[in-house]
Amino acid sequence: MSLAIHPATSEYLSLIRRKRLYGGILVALFAVLLASGFRVADDRNAGGFFEGFHRILDFPTEIFSEAATNWRNLPGLFVQFIPSLIETLNIAAVSTLFGALLASLLAFLSTRGLALWPRMIPVFRTSMDIMRAVPEIVIALVLIFLLGGGPVPAMIAIAFHTTGALGKLFSEAAENADIKPVEGLTSVGGNWMQRVWLGVFPQVAPNWSSYALLRFEINIRASAILGFVGSGGIGYDLKTALQWGQGKYDQVVAIFTLLLITISIVDHFSDRARARLVKGGNSA
Amino acid sequence: MSMAAADMNSLRSDLVRSFLRRKRFSLAVPGLILLYLTYIFFAFDVPGLVSRARPENAAILLGDFWSYKTHVTRDNRTGDVQAAIEGERKGEYPDGTMPDWVTTGEETAIALPHGAEVRYLADGSAALSIPEFGDLHVGLDGRQIVATLPDGTNVPDWMSLSRNRISINQNDWRFSMTPAKTETFRYQMGWELFFFTLDSQFHGRSAGELIALAFWEPRLEPDRSNISAMARDVWTNKMWRHGDVAWAMGETVLMAFLGTMGAGLIALPLAFFAASNFAPARWLRLSLRRVFDLLRGVDGLIWTVILSRAFGPGPLTGSLAILMTDTGTFGKTFSEALENIDDKQVEGIQSTGASAVQRMRFGVIPQVAPVILSQLLYYLESNTRSATVIGALVGGGIGLLLTQAIITQKDWEEVCYYMILTVITVMIMDNLSGWIRRRIIKG
Repeated sequence: MSLAIHPATSEYLSLIRRKRLYGGILVALFAVLLASGFRVADDRNAGGFFEGFHRILDFPTEIFSEAATNWRNLPGLFVQFIPSLIETLNIAAVSTLFGALLASLLAFLSTRGLALWPRMIPVFRTSMDIMRAVPEIVIALVLIFLLGGGPVPAMIAIAFHTTGALGKLFSEAAENADIKPVEGLTSVGGNWMQRVWLGVFPQVAPNWSSYALLRFEINIRASAILGFVGSGGIGYDLKTALQWGQGKYDQVVAIFTLLLITISIVDHFSDRARARLVKGGNSA
Repeated sequence: MSMAAADMNSLRSDLVRSFLRRKRFSLAVPGLILLYLTYIFFAFDVPGLVSRARPENAAILLGDFWSYKTHVTRDNRTGDVQAAIEGERKGEYPDGTMPDWVTTGEETAIALPHGAEVRYLADGSAALSIPEFGDLHVGLDGRQIVATLPDGTNVPDWMSLSRNRISINQNDWRFSMTPAKTETFRYQMGWELFFFTLDSQFHGRSAGELIALAFWEPRLEPDRSNISAMARDVWTNKMWRHGDVAWAMGETVLMAFLGTMGAGLIALPLAFFAASNFAPARWLRLSLRRVFDLLRGVDGLIWTVILSRAFGPGPLTGSLAILMTDTGTFGKTFSEALENIDDKQVEGIQSTGASAVQRMRFGVIPQVAPVILSQLLYYLESNTRSATVIGALVGGGIGLLLTQAIITQKDWEEVCYYMILTVITVMIMDNLSGWIRRRIIKG
């Protein structure tokens, strides 16, 4: 009798067993979902996974071997594509700038305790959610129809999405800001602009700049992709070179290299700047 | 005393200088931005853009987003009259049927908004009555158009008239006649045929009638219940292709799901080898880190290009492209999470004599699981959006349908439909992943 398991223990053990069972079912369900999802994707793809798998390296080999035979062209091609690279970077920079400006406005309007019209907070929040959800490519293609080609449609499209994405992050940061400076400014009769500009902005500026920099990194990639689908920049050059096919693979390699180098450089510097911004913000 | 005064003075001048510096800084930043924007203004050729812009397209686009037109066409050789929505074959009214504002018989009378009317007369000519303008007769003399305008009027600016074509543009209807055919377009609001096409037995019935049919009225088709016939007719709707659209949307979500989860499954074990407190060898850790950097650094665009060559277009290629980039991202974040774990928990479990596997299972995994899961969910949500763009590149999912519809430059109502669907899906994923994340973090 003294060896009998204490009722609490047996209850605990059965609880554990049930938990494991649920966990097991969940994992099994997940595995089934993943496997069947893979099957569906494989079926609906033009080429199958297993036929294509050994060919992954074919295309890189092809382009790099062509580029290797024409390696003398590469420096000239780098110079040739610099203007479109700059255009891609400009699209990303301007859209980040405009997006961040609009986002800060929306963020102040949709932060509790700061909003100019507190009743409108849900409206601004929802509009930011929608702006975030609309894919850039849709806006870009519609604007190409309205404005013709060029970098401006891509810029507006990315800025629109950036506004929504940054607006959410900005307002979360503003919500965590200390409200005391704002109260102090209110007590001396500061108006809304002064309260926001002098009371909150200095608190959130480091965090906001860090988010904006991260967004800039993302927007460079987006701008390259949008170029590929329609508008200007280096993405468009890549598309033309790829459509040409053999004979222009040295251009493809040059564009790949330029993109890779640019993205690594920007990522590196923005990483460092962000680390400094956030650290500086905490110690101050 | 003088020392303190000197200190005060130097402090004062320091402060003044620091304020001046701040002042200059706060003026310089907007100045630089302005300068940059001026450069962009010319680099992006904004003045040229204004001249190239086609504002009239905006009107077409906005009108088309939420309206449709019905063509009533007479073939002037045979005399046959046919009505079709958007003038498409799949929107044709079956023989003998017409919209209720068209009456057929000896002559065809088309009632138009604001009291206007067009009649296709039996002799092949057409009579139009337009309020505030008068009655108009358009006939054919051999191969030539002859228009008789109301007395005392000239050709107005909404009408264009030539030897072999007349066209009249009003806001909500249009009329045109050529030797080959006479055509009237009527514009109406809404998405026509959204649920049932004209060949469906359920077309044109009210919501009440449909509910009655679905639940208690007798079957219209003996071998099928009404509700399943309705579902079939909606699913196979030829105008809106709901079935294909649902598949495409599913493909997009599937791309995001497979890409994110696949990347997570690959990155998790690798992360152990890349975390400084678990890595068996320094060279392995450093080289894995470089591999992660490379996967992340190579843009999604480049991955799609390379993978499309191997696997062809489709959702699998898209999910593999997402998988590639995200393996790099997850490898980095997971290994950082592993480096930040608390060793005490692992030591506590070790002290009970646990094996290495048990230490992992009970000491490490519970600490990193919330971080990993919330990362996975966050990326699942953001990848749903990226999958739209990637779908356009690799030719799969809703992205493909969107780009196809936009390129035709006339199916704007479909563009609108896909856009709304995409936004709703992304928002659902957003809320779902936010909800699960909050639950996980709370425990």
